[in-house]
Amino acid sequence: MTLLALDGLTVRAGDAVLVDDLSFSLDEGERIGLIGESGSGKSLTALAILGLLPAGLAATGSIRLDGTEVVGARERTLNRIRGRAAAPVFQEPRTALDPLMRIGKQIAEPIRRRGLRGGAIDQAMRRLLAQVALDDGSRIARAFPHELSGGQRQRVAIAIALAAEPKVLLADEPTTALDVSVQAEILALLDEIAAARRMAVVFVSHDLAVVSRVASRALVMRRGQVVEHGGIQALLASPQHDYTAGLIASARRFENALERQMRS
Amino acid sequence: MTLLSLDDATVAYGRDAPAALANASLRVNAGENLAIVGESGAGKSTILNLLLGLRAPTSGRVLYGDRPLARRDRTMMRAFRRDVQCVFQDPYASLDPRRRVAAIVGEPIRSLGIARGAALAERVTTALERVGLPADATTRFPHEFSGGQRQRIAIARAIVCEPRVLLADEPVSALDVTTRVKVVDLISELVASSDMTLVMVSHDIGVVAELCEQTIVLERGSIVERGATSDVLGAPRHPYTRKLMSAVPRLP
Repeated sequence: MTLLALDGLTVRAGDAVLVDDLSFSLDEGERIGLIGESGSGKSLTALAILGLLPAGLAATGSIRLDGTEVVGARERTLNRIRGRAAAPVFQEPRTALDPLMRIGKQIAEPIRRRGLRGGAIDQAMRRLLAQVALDDGSRIARAFPHELSGGQRQRVAIAIALAAEPKVLLADEPTTALDVSVQAEILALLDEIAAARRMAVVFVSHDLAVVSRVASRALVMRRGQVVEHGGIQALLASPQHDYTAGLIASARRFENALERQMRS
Repeated sequence: MTLLSLDDATVAYGRDAPAALANASLRVNAGENLAIVGESGAGKSTILNLLLGLRAPTSGRVLYGDRPLARRDRTMMRAFRRDVQCVFQDPYASLDPRRRVAAIVGEPIRSLGIARGAALAERVTTALERVGLPADATTRFPHEFSGGQRQRIAIARAIVCEPRVLLADEPVSALDVTTRVKVVDLISELVASSDMTLVMVSHDIGVVAELCEQTIVLERGSIVERGATSDVLGAPRHPYTRKLMSAVPRLP
């Protein structure tokens, strides 16, 4: 079943076209990567899917998310689908969380919106904290964001996204701000949770190796346009576009340097 | 020849605080590019601050050549500033947005009293040329440049007084991958074509492999492993180094 379908999505800021005629669709349980460098439009695409484009930017075309048209939708309609149809995890866990609210309350909010009350909320919260591998659940629930490490904060951000039981998870550079060892843990976690819930994932990243770890196919974007689209293995093995080839060569360059040092 | 070294240096931020850096000793030898690798909180920035003379260790010593770095000795510090220059991670935060490129790049020459007037302008032009920026960049402001070009401006500022040590704090991690390759190539070329030794703090092991012959691994304020980069990365002995190596995402 198609959960998300973009058809000719175009995002403009005045006369400047930031995302140009983007189309793709995503089925239940499927994972797609949006790969690109700064200014490619990958993050704007993720924001547009949630109807969260910043003021001054306008979307045209169509985004159907779980049967609802997002482009041009009213705030009320968007609030019904945000969280349940698609929930985001952003790059910077420091700014994604409310600094003045205890973690428990932030996770409880989307659970409450699902209609749960009282003890059931508490139970659901504990399950979520365990699921994102935050073992000391009761301490974390009482903590404020600044009392947690970057990795813990990102786990909390994932727990909040999952709390709404979304059908699509929109992860925008979710591990870019993290240390490599924490990145590896978070990627494994996302992989495991998405598989267990048959959740669809849109994974936005500049890092080819990271995307290949999570997604099965990918769109390569450059200056708002899709330059290439395909299975991630095929894309990496035989890129059709010079730009993709350049990205891969750049990434391989440092891997090769590492291999050379490891062999010598 | 040892250019800079730490001798049993410990840094604690506050009297009862745990040491951010504990009993660290290291040498920066001429011609041996050194990488300092570790994750957040490992003490990388603390080491950089010591090597830049921006703070004194709580105990232990920082040596400039074979003499203890005396931060109050103005003559020594002037020579030190000329010899040791730095490049930071964020090219958007490290350049004064209100000054033209000529003033930014010429700053070390001016403040160290190395040259003035036409001689200063000539050094600025040469530095910009060496980093691959056009001569007309001098009259422009930082916001007119891309991230990669801004990092070139920062590098030009660092090399304009021909330092012997270039300290680089994650110099390419804020850049796009294609830009990253170009800036790494530039650094590699600059180091090879001058008497400059690179000390680079980085979490990116691929970039370390490309640029540095020697590697030090830091974990929570302690040096846990050190040696030739090929040994440290090729046959890591410490569990933390192994964990770092296995966590690096690879292309299939």
